[in-house]
Amino acid sequence: MATGTFAEKGADLELVGIQKRFPGFTAIESLDLFIPEGSFFALLGPSGCGKTTTLRLVAGLEEPTAGRILIGGKDVTSTKPFQRPVNTVFQSYALFPHMTVLENVAFGLRRRSIASPVEKAHEALRLVELDHLAARKPGSLSGGQQQRVALARAIVNRPALLLLDEPLGALDLKLRRQMQLELKDIQTEVGLTFLHVTHDQEEAMTMADTIAVMNKGQIEQMGAPEELYELPRTAFVANFLGQSNLFTGQVSGTTPDALTVALGSASITVPVARAPRRSGTVTVGVRPEKLTLLTSAPVAEAGRNVLGSGRVVDVSFSGVSTQYVIAIPGAGDVVVFAQNMVFGPVVHVGAEVWVSWAVEHGFGLEDAPDEVAAGVHDAAVAAGLDDSGFDSEPALEKA
Amino acid sequence: MPAGPRRRSRIRFRGLGLPIYTALALIFLLIPIAYTFVFSFNNSGKLNIAWQGFTLDKWTHVCDAQGVCEAFTNSIIVGVVATVLATALGTAIAIALVRYRFRARSLISLLLFLPMATPEVVLGAGLAAQFLSLGVNKGLGTIIIAHTMFCISFVVVTVKARVSSLDPALEEAGRDLYGSAAAVFWRITFPLLVPGIAAAALLSFALSFDDFIITNFNSGAVDTFPKFIYIAAARGIPAEANVIASAVFILAIVIVVVAQVTRAARAKRLARLH
Ligand SMILES: Nc1ncnc2c1ncn2[C@@H]1O[C@H](COP(=O)(O)OP(=O)(O)OP(=O)(O)O)[C@@H](O)[C@H]1O
Ligand SMILES: [Mg+2]
Repeated sequence: MATGTFAEKGADLELVGIQKRFPGFTAIESLDLFIPEGSFFALLGPSGCGKTTTLRLVAGLEEPTAGRILIGGKDVTSTKPFQRPVNTVFQSYALFPHMTVLENVAFGLRRRSIASPVEKAHEALRLVELDHLAARKPGSLSGGQQQRVALARAIVNRPALLLLDEPLGALDLKLRRQMQLELKDIQTEVGLTFLHVTHDQEEAMTMADTIAVMNKGQIEQMGAPEELYELPRTAFVANFLGQSNLFTGQVSGTTPDALTVALGSASITVPVARAPRRSGTVTVGVRPEKLTLLTSAPVAEAGRNVLGSGRVVDVSFSGVSTQYVIAIPGAGDVVVFAQNMVFGPVVHVGAEVWVSWAVEHGFGLEDAPDEVAAGVHDAAVAAGLDDSGFDSEPALEKA
Repeated sequence: MPAGPRRRSRIRFRGLGLPIYTALALIFLLIPIAYTFVFSFNNSGKLNIAWQGFTLDKWTHVCDAQGVCEAFTNSIIVGVVATVLATALGTAIAIALVRYRFRARSLISLLLFLPMATPEVVLGAGLAAQFLSLGVNKGLGTIIIAHTMFCISFVVVTVKARVSSLDPALEEAGRDLYGSAAAVFWRITFPLLVPGIAAAALLSFALSFDDFIITNFNSGAVDTFPKFIYIAAARGIPAEANVIASAVFILAIVIVVVAQVTRAARAKRLARLH
C-alpha cells in the first residue's frame, strides 16, 4: 500500500462462515463475527481454541478453507497481507533481530513511504517508554521490553484494524495497567478498531466494548462484558469468565415471570427472561459473590432462593474477600465469596450454614444437561492451565 | 610416600607429552606449506628442486614463467563465476526446500546429496561424456558449468541449515508491515541468511579453485592453476607457481585474521555500549 498516509478511522471487520482446516485438524469449525468500526473487541478463550489462527486469517497470513473476510466492507479474502490495512502484534513478538529497535518500529512506515518515519518511530517508542533503547538490537532486550517494541512497531502504523495477540502477557501488573490505558487512549483517539486476544479476563472486561468467548474453534458467546458476566449462556462461559454455582434439575413449575427448578427437596426460582430453556431438565446458576451466607435458617421470603442447611467444608482467605465452600445435600458443593467486612472469616469449617440469593441474580443455561459437564470440564482445564502457567499441550491433546 | 613421585612423574610426562605431540603434528602439517613458501625464493632455473640461493625475482616477475599467470587467471574467473552461479541457485533451492511444500521435495533433497557422495572421477567423466555427445566445445564455459554443478550441493546444504533456523514469523511480520515479497526478501530474509550464504560462497570458491579431477575431464586445452601444476610436476614446477600458491595462502590467512580481529573489536564495542 504505497498510499503514504495513515488510516483516517477504523474499519469494521466481518467474518462470514470462516472455516480453517489444517492437515488432520480443524482449528476453526464455523466462525461468524462482526466487529463494528472503532470498537475494542476482545477474543477470550483457553489455549489452543483458535484465537491466533483467527488473527492470522484476518491478517492474511493464513488462508481460510471456507468463508469470506471483509474489512471495511471490502472482501479481502484473497488479498496479500501487505495489501490489507491491518497490523499485528505477534504473540511471539517476531522482532527483526538484525535491525535496531528504531528500525524495527520504522519498518512499516518506510514500506508505505510515510513522511518522517524516524520521528514517528521515536514517538511510538516514547509511548511505550523505550525511546532510550532505540539504538539497541532486540536480542539485548528483556521479554517485556521486546513485547513493548512489538506493540510500538504495530501501533506506529495507525492501521484501520489492529490485531493484538496477547500483547501484554509478558509485562508485570503495573506496566500492564499502564499499557492498557495507553492502548485504550490510542484506540479512542483515532477511533481505530482493535481486535485483542487475551488470556486475562480482567483485561478483557476492563478494556473491551465487546467480548467473544471462544472454545474449540467456535464462539460460545459474545456481548458486552457485563452482559457476558451477568448472563452467561453456557456452562463453559459461566465458569471460564469468573466462577459460577450450577444446579441441574427438573422444571417443576412456571409462571409468566418465573421458572422453578426442583433440586432434591429444595427448589430454585429464576426469572423466565433469564432462562432460555424452560422445560425438562435444565441447568441454572448463580455467581458466588451474589450469595449471602446465613448462620441460622432464614424465614422464607418472596424473591429469594434459599438452600441449606449445609456444612462449611473449606474456607480460604484472600484479603478483600473470603471464599467458603459449603456442602449442601442435594445441591452439591456451593461456593460463596463474601467481602471481609469484619476481621477474618465469619464462619469456620464444620459450621452449619444456609445460603440465599435474590431470584433476579440467577440465570439459566442454554446447554443441554449432557453439555454442561463438558463445558465445566473445559473451563476447569483452562483455569488450571492459567494457574500453573502451563502452555497449550494438554488442551491440544484433548482437542 | 611411594605414590607421590610416581604421580609426579606421570604428570610431568603428560605435561611434556602433549606439547611435543602437538608440535610434531603441526610440523608434519606445515612442512609442505613451508617448503612451498621457502622455494618461492629459490633462484632456480626450470627445475625448482635443489636450493640455488635466495632471490626475490620470482615474486617480482611472477608472470615470466610460461602459463602460470594464464592458469591462475583462469582459475580466478572460473572460481568467481561458478561461485556466483552456484550460490545464487543453491540459495534459491535451499529456501524452496525449507519454506515450501511441493511434490518430489524429499526426492530433490536426496538427489542434491548425490554429487557430494559420488567420486569426482565418475562425475567428471560422466559430464565429459555429456559434453561430447552434445557436441559442446570444451573450454572455460564447460569448466564453469562443471564447477557450478558440484558447488550447488554444498551451497544448498550450508544455506539450508541457516534457513531452517530462521523463524518464519519474521517474514510474516515483514509482510504484515506492508512489505512486498521483494522487500521482505531483501530486507529480512536475505540479511538474516548472509552468514550462511557467505560461508557457502567461500566454500564454493575454495572447492572450485582447488578442483583438479573434474576440471581435467572438462577443460579441453584450457589450463586452470591446479591443472597447470599437475602437468608441470612432470617436468618440474617453476618457482613462480610457488609464489602464487604462497600468495594465495597468505591472502587466506590475512582474511581470517582480519575477520577475527574486526569481530573481536565489534564484540568489545557492543559490550562497552551496554
Ligand atoms: N499450522 C498448523 N498446523 C496444524 N495445526 C495447527 C496449525 N496452527 C495451529 N494449529 C492448531 O490449531 C489450534 C488453534 O491454534 P491457535 O494457535 O489458534 O490457538 P490459540 O487459541 O492462539 O492458543 P494460545 O492461547 O495457546 O495461543 C491448535 O490446536 C493448534 O494445534
Ligand atoms: Mg495464540
